Order: sequence, then structure tokens, then C-alpha cells
Amino acid sequence: MAYSDKVIDHYEHPRNVGSLDKNSPDVGTGMVGAPECGDVMKLQVKVNPNTGVIEDAKFKTFGCGSAIASSSLATEWLKGKTVDQALEIKNTDIVNELSLPPVKIHCSVLAEDAIKAAIGDYKKKQTSNKPEAVAVS
Amino acid sequence: MKLPIYMDSHATTRMDPRVFDAMKPYFTEIFGNAASRNHSFGWEAEEATEKARKQIAELIGATPKEIVFTSGATESNNLALKGIAEMYAERGNHIVTQVTEHKAVLDTCKRLEKEGVRVTYLPVRQDGLIDLDQLREAITDKTILISIMYANNEIGVVQPVKEIGKIAKEKGILFHSDAVQAVGKIPVNVTADGIDVLSLTGHKLYGPKGAGALYVRRRNPRVQITAQMDGGGHERGMRSGTLNVPGIVGLGAASEICRLEMPEESKRLRFLRDKLKDTLMNELDEVYINGSMEHRLPHNLNISFAYVEGESLLMGINDIAVSSGSACTSATLEPSYVLKALGAGDDLAHSSIRFGIGRFNTEEEIDYVANKVINVVRKLRELSPLYEMAKEGVDLSKVVWAAH
Repeated sequence: MAYSDKVIDHYEHPRNVGSLDKNSPDVGTGMVGAPECGDVMKLQVKVNPNTGVIEDAKFKTFGCGSAIASSSLATEWLKGKTVDQALEIKNTDIVNELSLPPVKIHCSVLAEDAIKAAIGDYKKKQTSNKPEAVAVS
Repeated sequence: MKLPIYMDSHATTRMDPRVFDAMKPYFTEIFGNAASRNHSFGWEAEEATEKARKQIAELIGATPKEIVFTSGATESNNLALKGIAEMYAERGNHIVTQVTEHKAVLDTCKRLEKEGVRVTYLPVRQDGLIDLDQLREAITDKTILISIMYANNEIGVVQPVKEIGKIAKEKGILFHSDAVQAVGKIPVNVTADGIDVLSLTGHKLYGPKGAGALYVRRRNPRVQITAQMDGGGHERGMRSGTLNVPGIVGLGAASEICRLEMPEESKRLRFLRDKLKDTLMNELDEVYINGSMEHRLPHNLNISFAYVEGESLLMGINDIAVSSGSACTSATLEPSYVLKALGAGDDLAHSSIRFGIGRFNTEEEIDYVANKVINVVRKLRELSPLYEMAKEGVDLSKVVWAAH
């Protein structure tokens, strides 16, 4: 299988590998895929609650070189974007950037799913964490 | 030590230079058609093919007249299955085989099913072997052939061939074995093993691609097969077509070298294989061997590294040629059907690597490979969310995955 140089680069030097504290209210965690399919991506974002800007992103992936590259690229793109901007990232953007062949397009789709899952998790935390009016007595 | 290292001998093997030397005169010097009866060009070519027949027969305990030359084992398997189904159609129309056969057997069986032949595909146990009782039960009065491979190309597991041969003999049914991975590597004897028809090919024996053979028993019983290639009646009417003389010479020479060197070579390769296995298992946790270690080719290792996907592992060891059972490495995105048949679970199929050690591998190469694999597995486990979860004590089998 001929990999593009960018895929090889992300594989040899993956960006933002690691984990954020999933219990933190500022962190959204998305886990997509399944071991039986050969692809599992965990993507996490740390969002500034005041500005809605993603300050940090980390990933861990079980999958082929293209899957690792797609999720690594995703974390690169997420940093500095607002939450809403992040939701606009399309898998086709990833395909183009990494020159993924047709047989690997599903890796980019999974990365897009992971982004949406992470953002979704963050947003859910925001609505359930809305501070109740606390009676100060 | 030269890179890249080739350790994929179940896919093909490098030609032994001695085989190449044996073949050389048969392109530009001794170039006659072996079927040309009337001149020395033909006679010399025929002499060479008859010598090769003898060399191949000696390797498997057969006689030269029982060797039919083909273009390779895929053709041999096609010829055996289709040729016997046609020839013995009056006697019955049922074939018994098993699920981990090579596609050359499975796809041929599928085609025969379309033409009205019934096929039973026996399952295998977790160690990769068939259950002999299930074989006995599967046989009916319409069964005309049992086809079970000698050794599997992915997991190297060796089937209980002698016992299968006994059952076949008991029930008066022909026994065909695709012995491609076993011939020249472990002792194969068609009479001691009770085999009536056997497929082999040159390019797995350090010989040329495009040259194989089908052994067809002549006595006890005399097996007949309907030719699948018509036109001239070569090979006693079983396979027409001008003989690939240089290829056949190579196949013969390769067979002889294997026969003479097998005892020493299999010992050496077993030592290398065991060293690789032991090093990997000592340095890494959660490493699983696929298939029986006891009933296995001495030079095969098929091993899964949990929480690491196979294609990404191959990418990391890109100066080593091996293969994986991962879906990502196959053209169809399906994981290995052989590993699935073991009941291993798709996740372990995705994490599997097959090493096929060969004549030209050295201990230095084994050490390099072991080291590289260990480092890449460790690096990929750092990247793996599954390894992280497992280390946290999460039972991965209980997780509900958001697959799409």
C-alpha cells in the first residue's frame, strides 16, 4: 500500500497523543469505532468555557496508518477553533489533506465522527453543569 | 545484514541460486518441446522433465508416473476437485472439506456447488485442527472426495493427515490434500499418509513460480481425473499443454534440495522461529499465538498483539516483509477468514502478524526483527485507547461501542 508522505509523517510523528482528564467539565471525550472493525478512535478536546475556543486536543487511536493520521490531523486542526467551527470539519477535508485512497476514506469519516462525538460530549456537560441559582444564606 | 528482510515465506520464497543454475540451460540451449518425439531437441527436453518427475516423486514417496505437471497449486487444486467431481459423478456428488482451506480450494468448491455438487465445510477447533469425529459423521454414501490441506498457509497448523487418510480408506473415499505449505518442509509420504491426490507448487520450495504438480495415485486405488485443460492429451491425458520445461526443471531441482536438506533445515528454522516467539513473548504482555503450537510447521509464527492494529504495525516495521490478518491489509477490508474460523474474535484478527521464516533468514535477522517488533508494538500501545482502557481495568468485552 502506498502511503502519502503526510500519512507517513503523522504516523512517525503523531501530534497530540495522550489523554485529558475526562472528568473535567471543560473536556469533551468522543470514542468511536469498534475493535471488531479494526478502528477505534478516542478524541478529546479542552474548551475554554468563556470563549468557546478549543485550547487543547488529544487523541489515541487503534487502527491503520490512515486512521492514526486522520485522528492526529484532526487534533491539529481543532486547536484554536471554536466549538462551532470544529463541527464544520468534514471528512473530505481530511481525505484531501492526507491524499487518502478510496479504500481508506472510512478512516476520515471516523475522525469526523470522533470530532462530533467529542464536541457533543462537551456540550452535554455544559447543559447539565449549568449552575443552579444558589441561594446564599 | 541486508534490508528489507524477507520473512513472508508462506506467500512465496526466493529462488535458491542452485535451482536457478539448474534452470538456466533450458531457455537458450536446451529449448526443445518435450513432446517433440522426432529430434534430439525434444528428447533432451523430455529427459529433463522426466528427471524432474522423479525428483518430485522422491520428495513425497510417489512414483514418477503419478506426477502431473501444472502451472501451480491453484491449477492443481482446480484439477483435483473438478476432475474428480466429473469423473466420479456416477458414484456420488458430495465433497467434504474444511473452512480454513486456501481460496483455490474454497472457490473451486463454490463453483462446483453452483453445478450441483454438495459440499460440507467442516469447522475447525480453536487450535485450528478439524475434529475427526465430525469428519466421520459428515461422510455419506454419496461422498466421493475428502479434501483437507496438509498445513495451513496462515497459521501453519498441520492437520491430522494420517488419521484422515485412515478414515478415507475405511470408507472407500478418495483423499486429496493441498500440501503446498508442507512439501519440502516436513516429511510428506503419500502412502504412509494415505493420500490419493496431492497438490504442490515450486515457488513455496525456493523454486520458480508458474510450475506446480498434482500427484495422482495409480495403485490402491487407481485414481482417474477428467482433464480440465484439453488439447493434445499431455500428461497421460490429464493435463494438455506444452510443458514448461525450465519451470519443471526448477521444480525438480528445488524438490531434490528440499529432500536432502530438510532434516537439518527444519531443525534450524524451528530454532529461529522459537527464538523469535520466545523473545516477543518475554518482552511484551498480551501476546497470543494463533493456532496449535504443537501441530505446526517449524518455520511459521502467527501471533496477535492485543490492542495494536496489524496494518499500523506493518507500517512501523516497514523494512521487514511479513503479512497480517488485519482487514486493513486485505483488498476487501475483510479480516482473515482463517483467524475468524479459530473463533479468535475480529479484534485479534486485526492485530495478527504472520512470520514465515525461510532458508535464507539468519539469526541476526531474527534478532533485528524481534527488536523492531517489540519497539513498534510498545509505541503503538502508547497510541492505543484500547490498551489504555485495559490498563485501567476496563473489561473491553463489556463495552458498548459506537461503531458506524
